[in-house]
Amino acid sequence: MLPPGVNQKDFSDALKQFEEAVGKEWVFTSDEDVALYRDAYSPFWGEPEERVASAAVAPYTVEQVQAVMKTANEYKIPVYPISTGKNLGYGGSAPNLSGSVVLDLKRMNRILDVSERNHSALVEPGVSYFDLYRYIQERKLKVWVDVPDPGWGSPIGNALDHGGGYLRSEFRVHFDSHCGMEVVLANGDLLRTGMGAMPGAQTWQQYKFGFGPWIDGMFSQSNFGVVTKMGLWLMPEPDAYLTGTVTVPKYDDLIPMVDVLTFLENSGISNGMPNLGSPILGGFMMPPRAPEVTAMLERGGVQSAELHKYAQDKGIPFWNCTVKFYGPEKAIRAQWEYAQEKFSAISGAKFQDGEFYKLPLTPEQFNKVHKPEFGIPSLEMFSIGARSPYNPTPTNGHIWFSPIIPRTGEAILEANKVFSQAAKDYGLPLLSFSLPSTYWTRSFIFLFGFPITHDVATNKKNRETFKKVVRVAADHGWGEYRTAPAFQDEVMATYSFNNHALRRFHETVKDAVDPNGIISAGRYGIWPKHLRGTKA
Amino acid sequence: MKGLLLTLACLALAASAFGADEATIQKGEKVFDYWCATCHGENLPGTIALQAKYKGAKPALLSERTDLAPPVTKTFVRKGVSIMPFFRKTEVSDADLDALAAYLARNNKSGKP
Repeated sequence: MLPPGVNQKDFSDALKQFEEAVGKEWVFTSDEDVALYRDAYSPFWGEPEERVASAAVAPYTVEQVQAVMKTANEYKIPVYPISTGKNLGYGGSAPNLSGSVVLDLKRMNRILDVSERNHSALVEPGVSYFDLYRYIQERKLKVWVDVPDPGWGSPIGNALDHGGGYLRSEFRVHFDSHCGMEVVLANGDLLRTGMGAMPGAQTWQQYKFGFGPWIDGMFSQSNFGVVTKMGLWLMPEPDAYLTGTVTVPKYDDLIPMVDVLTFLENSGISNGMPNLGSPILGGFMMPPRAPEVTAMLERGGVQSAELHKYAQDKGIPFWNCTVKFYGPEKAIRAQWEYAQEKFSAISGAKFQDGEFYKLPLTPEQFNKVHKPEFGIPSLEMFSIGARSPYNPTPTNGHIWFSPIIPRTGEAILEANKVFSQAAKDYGLPLLSFSLPSTYWTRSFIFLFGFPITHDVATNKKNRETFKKVVRVAADHGWGEYRTAPAFQDEVMATYSFNNHALRRFHETVKDAVDPNGIISAGRYGIWPKHLRGTKA
Repeated sequence: MKGLLLTLACLALAASAFGADEATIQKGEKVFDYWCATCHGENLPGTIALQAKYKGAKPALLSERTDLAPPVTKTFVRKGVSIMPFFRKTEVSDADLDALAAYLARNNKSGKP
């Protein structure tokens, strides 16, 4: 396969220059090797529209990245940088534009600094969360990395794609907790942001903004440069961890319960990632639902008076919320006490003490906890999709429908109404009720998995349904926070204020910083001028 | 899927002449610990999946298997299976994969060095 718009001679010449830059063994052109850059969870698996690479090149140093970019720019070769390539469910290692050359940064896996005094790190894109965790453990440093559920990803890649984690709120938004980056531009020029722009500054990982416009955000979910280094803020290892659960009796209590939770989080009282649940409805991390409750839900939905009376008569709370605390034992016990005072404003609220650990964890505790809540990378989340006694016929992957909704109880109830109707309309498995995830303290996010199979008809149907629910959500003002390349144009089109002013601005920037349009064409709906309108 | 299984069966039969030295096996164990054990360790998703698949007819832990001929291991690493993705050569190089395959075949009746 040739990159689009590139003739065989230019491609061959460029590949030769790539080999001179990185070494022959690190330029992959055989069908067998290039196939390893497919997206294992592609919703187009095996179809002509599947996005596939023409080749891959794997530099080891930033100088090699610069050399590759200079060549690519000269020959107008589209390139697609990846870090660890494990962004499964959101595109994996495959490009948006078929025929692109994947710029595989996995070999750039140096941990350049971990500061126990400043609680920060400086890493390259090929470093995984597992690598960083092992480095810290081997040196017995008292710092934690905020990790997402799958630990094999890259802290740089995850932050750039707006991933989230589980530690204290100021670390959970991974892009927010980065500090300074190094970027290779389309012409091979090298840029450092923040204090990194000042030669000799000792504060690259201490002060984000440097001087002038803060441009780091322009390199996230975009295609304006190749990030080759990033600073990360780490969490000091806390003395202790504590959880407590509040239950509230009535359906309408969800609204004040969420309001109190938001107050506690934005006040810094509850600083861990909370969980919302429903003892009556059951579900994830809850006791199984009673058969009679299922029958009532089928008859009248979650709003049925019959269900509310049943919950009241049986004394089963409608909702619960587990709040979590990191810090000194005395302080977090006082914070939990204060949280109980606040939740007590809801009539009938009851409380239960949860987990308490003095840190670090003992080996027994290590084995039973949800590891990301302790900064421990893991792949245990894959047990949801893998074969198991509960899932005897696993699929071949998943993609995530993940809209952001307001952080209110009303929005949770409204979103369930809307998505339940959409599920009925489009033949999706009907969920009686879903509660959102709470990675961020200022909004909620729903995460609904769509299965990926190797059956063309099923994938096609799921793709069409995915696009429909994106549209349904947008009609209510709920936007996707991140999505697979297959849907990035559709999602970007929903951010359409003032005749797509945001996308038009992205395109203006793209034309200025990458005039040949070689970096990640189409990523997050940003197409270079010569392809604009033909793809979106 | 049938095609894949048939290929794997043929590869297993063809692997009887395999042999590897101790240094290669030790290197393979390190590759296993780094890349595989995070999912194929005790009580982890890969192990739970194989327990559900074989229901005790074969060990659920890959490191305890005695029937993994090197070509079988290589096929799974480079082709993936179910939700397990395939691995690029910048992750597991061909040399690392040779060592990994040797490690997982170390207890095979027909594959001992």
